[in-house]
Amino acid sequence: MSEIESAMSTPPRTIGQELMSEEGARRVRRRYRADARFRAYGIIAICIALGVLAILVGTLVSSGYTAFVQTQVRVTVDLRDADIDPADVRAANWRGIATGAIESLFPDLPQSDARVMRDMVSQGAPFIIRDAVMDDPALIGTVFDIEIPASDRIDQLNKGAIDRDSPADHRVVTDQQIGLFDQLEAEGRISTPFNTALFTAADSRFPELAGLWGAIVGSFYALAVCLVLAFPIGIAAAIYLEEFAPKNRWTEMIEININNLAAVPSVVFGLLGLAVFLNVFGMPRSAPLVGGMTLALMTMPTIIIASRAALKAVPPSIREGALGVGASHQQAVLHHVLPLAMPGMLTGTIIGLAQALGETAPLLLIGMNAFITAAPDSMLSPSTALPTQIYIWADSPERGFVARTSAAILVLLGFLVCMNAIAIWLRSRLERRW
Amino acid sequence: MLTSYLPVVLGLLILYSFVMGRRRIRVAADAQAVRPHSQFGYYGLYVALWCGLPALIVVLAWLMFGPVIVDAVVMSSLPDQVTAGLDSAKLGLLEAEIKAIAGGVVFGEPSAAVVAAAERLNSLRGISSTAMFVVVVCVALGAIAYSRRRVAPDFRARNKVERTTFWLMVLCSVIAIVTTVGIVLSLLFESFRFFQLVPFWEFLFGTTWDPQMPIRADQVAAEGAFGALPVLAGTVLISVIAMLVAIPVGLLTAIYLAEYAPGRVRASVKPVVEILAGIPTIVYGFFAVLTVAPWLRQMGAAIGLDVAPNSAMAAGAVMGIMIIPFISSLSDDALHAVPQSLRDGAAALGATRRETIIQVIFPAALPGIVGGILLAVSRAIGETMIVVMAAGLIANATANPFEAVTTVTVQIVTLLIGDTEFDSPKTLAAFALGLMLFVITLGLNLVALTVTKKYRERYE
Repeated sequence: MSEIESAMSTPPRTIGQELMSEEGARRVRRRYRADARFRAYGIIAICIALGVLAILVGTLVSSGYTAFVQTQVRVTVDLRDADIDPADVRAANWRGIATGAIESLFPDLPQSDARVMRDMVSQGAPFIIRDAVMDDPALIGTVFDIEIPASDRIDQLNKGAIDRDSPADHRVVTDQQIGLFDQLEAEGRISTPFNTALFTAADSRFPELAGLWGAIVGSFYALAVCLVLAFPIGIAAAIYLEEFAPKNRWTEMIEININNLAAVPSVVFGLLGLAVFLNVFGMPRSAPLVGGMTLALMTMPTIIIASRAALKAVPPSIREGALGVGASHQQAVLHHVLPLAMPGMLTGTIIGLAQALGETAPLLLIGMNAFITAAPDSMLSPSTALPTQIYIWADSPERGFVARTSAAILVLLGFLVCMNAIAIWLRSRLERRW
Repeated sequence: MLTSYLPVVLGLLILYSFVMGRRRIRVAADAQAVRPHSQFGYYGLYVALWCGLPALIVVLAWLMFGPVIVDAVVMSSLPDQVTAGLDSAKLGLLEAEIKAIAGGVVFGEPSAAVVAAAERLNSLRGISSTAMFVVVVCVALGAIAYSRRRVAPDFRARNKVERTTFWLMVLCSVIAIVTTVGIVLSLLFESFRFFQLVPFWEFLFGTTWDPQMPIRADQVAAEGAFGALPVLAGTVLISVIAMLVAIPVGLLTAIYLAEYAPGRVRASVKPVVEILAGIPTIVYGFFAVLTVAPWLRQMGAAIGLDVAPNSAMAAGAVMGIMIIPFISSLSDDALHAVPQSLRDGAAALGATRRETIIQVIFPAALPGIVGGILLAVSRAIGETMIVVMAAGLIANATANPFEAVTTVTVQIVTLLIGDTEFDSPKTLAAFALGLMLFVITLGLNLVALTVTKKYRERYE
């Protein structure tokens, strides 16, 4: 205001004269330059925000896309002399069979290099061969080819994450292993198909075998529990507070409470789950049921707030119309207002669930970060969830887990994008404006 | 397992009772040639509610108290020479051993009495679940039998049903209160136990935080120091860095979008900025570890600065990015609440846009912006995963943003991760920290609410 004030405080000249003078024109230009600068700051700020988002997604994609494919080695397994009891396939010496198959890949190598050879393919090879034979017992006594994941180091080498030209003691694969890999590739035994194990296998100590299936199932169970608890309770609470509650101290307290709960840090909900569900009620650790209950407590305020907004958006004429033709208060609300508010409530619920899906801290506290190598078969069996699986992998030192962590994040973000897309679609499709 | 059929059986019973109640009133109304008091469906609902609610209450009560009673029966049936001279902690261990054996996990050579107790536990559990099934089905059938007799044309079924749904809704809204009370009570209770071990003032004003407890009871080692000040200092440092990133960027973004941007730009940029708020915090944590921290270290090395691999700067900067949309959307709301007439008035006086914004609109929107910033600070303090992954573990009261510091939330998570015993000060300390966190964030939220409400200018 200072320029304007000074312009007005010089009475001999009018504002018009002031502006037309050399000095006034300069001042106006300066003020407009300041305005343009200010505007540029705003654009810079937006560019920073968007740029960071782009960098974030860019690094995740560039470090994670390699995990969506997996280097496989085609190994020829000879079971003609193997001692396998068809009645008890599991008991055979699968380790020996796998070692023999792997060593037969490199007939030129002496037995003393057995370790080097074994390190070429995943340590899970015996189990993969065993499972294949158990699925198809006709393989017993035959010679067949099977695709086995390469070990993490060879996988990294194939994907170009390891620089062949760097000094030998700086990289994790030896010159000999690189030679063996090139030999296999020349024989056409190396392939790099889509990494289905990432979506079908559970966690593993070995990155080349680790997958997200256990975490996806765990997250699904937890979200199901969360939905079943938070959705009905949240909507009932919203209907009561918005449509029936008298305006008194008690309901005001409930309202303030709900608003505050929405802002309580998530880790505190984890403490609540740990102290109440695990400690007082003695529920099992790491169970998706407990995770879902904890997440439900966290999501409920979000659902209540969104549902109240949806109810508020329904015009009073709907209620009055229903009451006018003789409906009771509850009939008016449940039969007429609620269906109209439902799209908004569903949108809020999906957004709340999307938040719950990405939430990590409360799940860590109730132990859903355990190392579990099988998908949970019930809501009470120990499990991980997608975000906690990401946490576990991010903490793992093996190189292959870096790419897998990024890939897991991309999967998680994919789920979130889908959920939000459904919410947006619901809102645009079903929501009415009055 | 009989109990796994319970939901199905109960569901079928409820469905049956609904259909039965509706049929019954229809038949009765036809026979007496009168119109019943309520619509047919309400009679069905009435019987169905009677069938479902008591049964549900029994199930919940059984699930809550059944295991406790079974455990107590098993423990009290142990021979005296086994339990003699054991304190409550040892008894707890014994109970855990019995449960493990009952679950099929056997360590070492358990004594015969323990094995017998485990078998008894298993058989009692079986009896309990069968009994629950029988009792619940009986309760449901009895309730149907009772309520179906009341189905008659002059019975006010709608009023009864509506009263029930009303109280169910009240119950649901009280759950919000119950959650808060649960949080407060569990935090207070465990913190109280902690303060019996560590004096309150030492926790609040102690200057060393070193929760390393001796592994064995007889080990001669440090008792562990539980002074929360350095932890709090780390939290403050990281939050300050986060706000230094988030406030300018968020505020300028909001101002540009609200005051300068043409409608199309605003409509497309705003949702994209808000994507930042939808990204899970663990993703930011990984981003900080994978990209930001190494980059900061490189930059530091290039100018001869020693940057810790888990510096406060990396965690704080990434947290700031997370908070940008929070500040920008709350400020955007506040700026939008300022009436157009103020802008028009300033423009009529010859003010440029910038002068209008800085001297007219910003002061008018200030309470809302300050409230939003306070909420953002509370979120920064309570944020967990970014700091768990990117910040340090060692409490270090420093103002140097390139050193590693730890925060309240990091300590809570690290103290409670893995197996937890509920009698060591180490785990209880996490609850004391949680209480501190809860009080601070609650205070900030309340202040934010008051600021926005009390100082808001009204232009009506």
